[in-house]
Amino acid sequence: MAEKEKFTLVLFSGDLDKALAAFILATTAASMGMEVTMFFTFWGLNVIKRNEGSIKSRGIMRKMLNILNRGGSSRLKLSKFNMLGMGTWMMKKLMKQSQYPSIDEFIVMAKEMGIKMVPCSTSCGILGLPDDAFTDGVMNQAGAAFFLGQARESKTTLFI
Amino acid sequence: MQADKSIDCFGLMCPMPVIKAAQTVKKMQIGQVLEIVATDKGIKQDMPAWCKTTGNECLAIEDKGEDIKVYIKKTRE
Repeated sequence: MAEKEKFTLVLFSGDLDKALAAFILATTAASMGMEVTMFFTFWGLNVIKRNEGSIKSRGIMRKMLNILNRGGSSRLKLSKFNMLGMGTWMMKKLMKQSQYPSIDEFIVMAKEMGIKMVPCSTSCGILGLPDDAFTDGVMNQAGAAFFLGQARESKTTLFI
Repeated sequence: MQADKSIDCFGLMCPMPVIKAAQTVKKMQIGQVLEIVATDKGIKQDMPAWCKTTGNECLAIEDKGEDIKVYIKKTRE
């Protein structure tokens, strides 16, 4: 077969709804035979942070930031109607009722489908996130040139 | 329509039927037909698009109101 078509997306947002959109498109693209790269930057990094344990970072400001902005796929909130967590709770309940996969399940699926999940090195540096802050299966950190290198070879690129 | 394999995607929403179909087709032989039973209305547009992109053939779509049956033929690896 000819070289695989590529699909690259940036997930900038750490909102539950936007992360969902990103994973839906990424897994569908992979099922259509495309080679998929997901690049996580800034708040988007919250989506791939591991859910368990604390995140060790240096300096008082980064430590504080990683407590206030803990992240992890199970802690994401809706971008609208969060209502102190009640809206998010209801949305998760509705998704479960509809047998819809959670972000956790989408991450597992993405890994199984060979989707490359790449954390942005600059964001990791500024926010003080070590490699072990992320869930298993996330690739090594990379920068803007890596993303652009992938994006220029891709027929479809998205920024979410 | 006769199918070699059938998957039940009843109640599943986009993109789960497509992903399940893709996983199943991967394990099938060339020339075999897969039947997808789904309720997600999007599948009527999704499976033809999936087939076009992956180079497989969408044989028929039967919308019976309560469920939709899609038949696809594996035509390439």
